[in-house]
Amino acid sequence: MRHLLSAADLDRTGAIELLDIAARMAATQEREIKKLPTLRGRTVVNLFFEDSTRTRISFETAAKRLSADVINFSAKGSSVSKGESLKDTALTLQAMGADAVVVRHQASGAPHRLAHSGWLSSAIINAGDGTHQHPTQALLDAFTMRRHLAGSTDNPDGVGLDLAGLHVAIVGDVLHSRVARSNVQLLHTLGARVTLVAPPTLVPVGVESWTCDTSYHLDDVITGQQPDAIMMLRVQRERMGGDGGGATGFFPSPLEYTREFGLDARRLAMLPEHAIIMHPGPMNRGLEISADAADSPRAVIVEQVANGVAVRMAVLYLLLAGEREAWA
Amino acid sequence: MSYLLRGVAPLGGEPTDLLLDDGRIAATGREARVAGATVVDADGLVALPGLVDLHTHLREPGREDAETVASGTLAAAVGGYTAVHAMANTSPVADTAGVVEQVWRLGRAAGWADVFPVGAVSVGLAGEQLAELGAMAHSAARVRVFSDDGHCVHDPVLMRRALEYVKAFDGVIAQHAQEPRLTRGAQMHEGVVSAEIGLTGWPAVAEEAIIARDVLLAQHVGSRLHVLHVSTAGSVDLVRWAKSRGIAVTAEATPHHLMLTDELARSYDPLFKVNPPLRTAEDVEALRAGLADGTIDVVGTDHAPHSREDKDCEWAAGAFGMLGLETALSVVATLMVETGRMSWADVARVMSVAPARIGRVDDGPFAQGRPLVVGEPANVVLVDPAARWTVDPSALSSLSKNTPYGGRELTGRVVATFLRGHPTVLDSRPATPVGGGAAR
Repeated sequence: MRHLLSAADLDRTGAIELLDIAARMAATQEREIKKLPTLRGRTVVNLFFEDSTRTRISFETAAKRLSADVINFSAKGSSVSKGESLKDTALTLQAMGADAVVVRHQASGAPHRLAHSGWLSSAIINAGDGTHQHPTQALLDAFTMRRHLAGSTDNPDGVGLDLAGLHVAIVGDVLHSRVARSNVQLLHTLGARVTLVAPPTLVPVGVESWTCDTSYHLDDVITGQQPDAIMMLRVQRERMGGDGGGATGFFPSPLEYTREFGLDARRLAMLPEHAIIMHPGPMNRGLEISADAADSPRAVIVEQVANGVAVRMAVLYLLLAGEREAWA
Repeated sequence: MSYLLRGVAPLGGEPTDLLLDDGRIAATGREARVAGATVVDADGLVALPGLVDLHTHLREPGREDAETVASGTLAAAVGGYTAVHAMANTSPVADTAGVVEQVWRLGRAAGWADVFPVGAVSVGLAGEQLAELGAMAHSAARVRVFSDDGHCVHDPVLMRRALEYVKAFDGVIAQHAQEPRLTRGAQMHEGVVSAEIGLTGWPAVAEEAIIARDVLLAQHVGSRLHVLHVSTAGSVDLVRWAKSRGIAVTAEATPHHLMLTDELARSYDPLFKVNPPLRTAEDVEALRAGLADGTIDVVGTDHAPHSREDKDCEWAAGAFGMLGLETALSVVATLMVETGRMSWADVARVMSVAPARIGRVDDGPFAQGRPLVVGEPANVVLVDPAARWTVDPSALSSLSKNTPYGGRELTGRVVATFLRGHPTVLDSRPATPVGGGAAR
């Protein structure tokens, strides 16, 4: 694997290997000295065209724990606002000798362009592009699910296992969600069944080709299908009543959304005992998820964040250290 | 200077000789063999009337870094064109007699192909107030085609008024059919591919809804409507239905919508970003069928040059549009002639005769799209129907290089182009412009 651009880049074997490495990385993070020498002398650039403090810190922590040098390059709004172009930024990073570039960009496909344009030769890691993909989020979600739903006393991390037989409901703004796209692909690769739940306005035209089911009714999915995990997607404020600039909202009001698609105490009680509650963050408490649900013992939302570091360490390790071993 | 085209097959028929003299087709067959004419060995070549494009963006005035009237018409000549209609979305917009006359004069001075300016329908392409259509019609440029291309005339009342108003001078409104509210921020065709790759969708219905409205408006007021770059199967059905009702509608398909699909967007390379967007294989097949059965009247290039920096970027930041003039005939030959779906006579119809007729440039001393018979203006293109060639973007004559066909092999190549008897292209290379090209 040269780049990680999409969850579709991983086959079942590759995904399990990555999750297994992440489990080993997570184990090292329980130690007093968390730092590993693996990527000493390598340079990782966090290239963020869009604000995302959480994701950037997660990647930065992962790279530093592997002893890589980390450069944070915030280029917010750069290309579209006629500042430095994506191409010039890429050429600059190439000249600086970046071994890996972690890219967050508001335009779908920007990491793909960086990887295939010939502008730079670094490994490209997609840290979220527009409404396309967020593969490390899907990996950390899969890692979290495997730990809680596939692991056993002997094998708490579920090392070597996939997610076969599990049922995951992904609820909310699927249309604009890179998290949903990545999760549908990776969960399918790992053998889980996925049901998307959203108002019809937030389901993309063309979803019929995806490897999942779609429902417009959250109560039916919870009571009728008893999912093992329920993932609540963040609803962007501007999707609601219109943006004031003439755009029409995707649903009538926040209240109606919460009533139909929010995870509240009532729906929490309808979930099976073992089901886990997930959210990629940041949460809109009171909108897609109530405080009851977010703070319940079944919520693994904070753990998702911790697992993000381990998964990103595994990705950096596979892309950078793997390559060096092959050269040695 | 006179030229004897020896052994040429007019419209792909029986080989004969054609004598071009004093700007006209002077003789055919045995009578063409006169002494003193420069002989062009046209054995195995097909002669077509010079191609006429109803849909070219020459970018001048305003974006001379991407294309000029001279470079764009040179590209046109290399592609077999003897006339192009220059779209109005320049800077300043071609919405006054002054601008259209300027573009027309630049075309005359360049001398590679006749330039017929298209006038804007609305002032500044803003869709609010009619531009001075009469002044443009009565200017030296004699504008007959009016379009806000790049923007849809979306206000139904403005569209109705425009359709009615141009009846006074036998004009036509060429509509860019795109419902703006349904396509806010749209990046590509809305469907399976857009859902997967996360680009904002441009639904087929946004085109079809406008076409449905406009054919009914054209019927109501008894005017001529021309639909630019029809891109969906549903649009083809609507045009077919309107024609069956006797509505005076004509329709265009572009070479790229006939050949390419939305699958290319998976590369995220803005070379494949165009408006309307590349559609599905099913739409492509409907366009080909519509072109073959006459529902689609013309192939128009929508030649849209863009500078490198407008394409060398992420998809969302890239400009809409692709080059077309130098590859259009080969694309049509590859898709329609080589497959047996159309004859060379059909190609002449959709790329020369019908566009000239729709643009009302098929009459007078500068007539285009005329039959290849004695007495007609010697606008002739010679095509090698068997030649296979690979498109090399850097070898194009256009100032810009944003062709979507780079590396593709096409069949059929323009060998020579004659504009009123003067060779603008010989041996598939630019020759000289008419009048020496005073403005180059």
